[in-house]
Amino acid sequence: MEIFIQQLVNGLTIGSIYALVALGYTMVYGVLKLINFAHGDLVAFSAYVGLVIMMQLAGVISSSVVIIVLVFIFTAIIISAFGVLLERLAYKPLRKAPRLSAVVSALGASLIIENGIMLIWGPRPKIFPSNIVPNINWNIGGVYIGLMQLLVLVISFVLMFVLYFFVNQTKLGAAMRASAIDQDAARLMGINVDRIIMITFIIGSALGSVGGLFIGMYYRGIYFNMGWIYGLNAFVAAIIGGIGNIPGAMLGGMLLGIFNALISGYLSSSWALALTYVLLIVIMIFRPTGILGERVAEKV
Amino acid sequence: MSNKEKLLVVENLEVSYGSIEAVKGISFDVYKGEVVTILGANGAGKTTTLRTISGLIKSKSGSIKYKNFELTSMSAHKIVSLGISQAPEGRRVFGILTVEENLKLGAYTKKTFNPATLSWIYELFPRLKERKKQLAGTLSGGEQQMLAIGRALMSEPEMLLLDEPSLGLAPVLVKTIFETIKHIKLSGVTVLLVEQNAKAALKLADRGYVLEVGKIVFKGASKELLESPEIQEAYLGKKK
Repeated sequence: MEIFIQQLVNGLTIGSIYALVALGYTMVYGVLKLINFAHGDLVAFSAYVGLVIMMQLAGVISSSVVIIVLVFIFTAIIISAFGVLLERLAYKPLRKAPRLSAVVSALGASLIIENGIMLIWGPRPKIFPSNIVPNINWNIGGVYIGLMQLLVLVISFVLMFVLYFFVNQTKLGAAMRASAIDQDAARLMGINVDRIIMITFIIGSALGSVGGLFIGMYYRGIYFNMGWIYGLNAFVAAIIGGIGNIPGAMLGGMLLGIFNALISGYLSSSWALALTYVLLIVIMIFRPTGILGERVAEKV
Repeated sequence: MSNKEKLLVVENLEVSYGSIEAVKGISFDVYKGEVVTILGANGAGKTTTLRTISGLIKSKSGSIKYKNFELTSMSAHKIVSLGISQAPEGRRVFGILTVEENLKLGAYTKKTFNPATLSWIYELFPRLKERKKQLAGTLSGGEQQMLAIGRALMSEPEMLLLDEPSLGLAPVLVKTIFETIKHIKLSGVTVLLVEQNAKAALKLADRGYVLEVGKIVFKGASKELLESPEIQEAYLGKKK
């Protein structure tokens, strides 16, 4: 039982990170019907950018709380700007082109970012400093939970709650949902769809950057092509939850994290990836649109 | 009508999809407070004309003047804030949003949401009020059409573009919809109505234009058109 709860805690931690990254895929898919394959690499890039900012700040500021807060803010701003740039350069010129062209452009952008990271920081892994977040662990009835895990869980849940509120309760959020359903009809409401797409990229990239920083701070080792594997897992999470559906991405991320952790706990971590795809296939067989995808039939 | 202000002036408008010309140099105008109808069969270019006015498609040449603004170079969301809104062909309601969410999106260009407009729309279409919490995709075709018109009115437009509001509706519903358009006109909104149902449209409209494969072939006051033998034969189903 203790192993189960321990793996549940670990799984929720990893799951929150997957969920944050999955939101970027699902939101962009929602408005553009495009899988932004470069998103995972932007997440990897954010870990490197965050590390650079952290090392610079560490020389100037002594309080690690201030450093962490500033690292998150600056990284989110920089990665959002890159997200917008990515959309302008790689996707906007192809808005009216066939779907496949945009997918190829996304794959190209992914390779450019991945190899760009390698050119700048080299092919060897970089290590996040261990003393930024104090290594505190609590033992609650035999189950260990670390300060870093707690941070990941709390910050992820707060961000997801804020996003959910924004999308469902604000005027801009409603415009985003409308643009995802029918772009021309949204334009007829007076919605500037191009601006909505830009905001979507900003939010998706900012959430992804938080995910990337968590990967760096939680696992500590980062490498130039890690965007591929984290991106793939998060993408699978988005599909499991129902691509285009925001609560779906959150749910899919959590499920995948817990599933991975349980496999690693009871079987072996080397099985985790293989069985992830078995899970994906099984879910796709029974719910082709994902767990929360497209529940409502539209009448014509 | 000549003492009144021209609200919309379309001149030599040409629109094409790739190499196919859908609208081949049409000119027409709409005065403030009028209901003007554009009639024509499928593929005559009616929808293309409305979509071009709303800025969803770019024209090849010609001009669309609304008050003093040239619309052909303006993006769609700006045109809505100038006071032109459209209930598009096929209704295009946001199916997975509720009726009320759809209506509120119609008021997107308004800085502050005006509850009086919403209650006016609920007065026009009591059915929508009954179903305000329901998802728009679960409404019947007629109710979706009411929603599409109501949603377009939420921006408090000066000019309302209606694209085949009667399409696919039962005759009794067509009557209701046209009755409502009359009310909308009386409230001071100028209406440009695109229709295949020529009889109903001409009974309601002040003037009409007839479009055939991208060109205007007839124009005139509704009464003249209703009485014209060519129109009667081709569009009203009467034999000479």
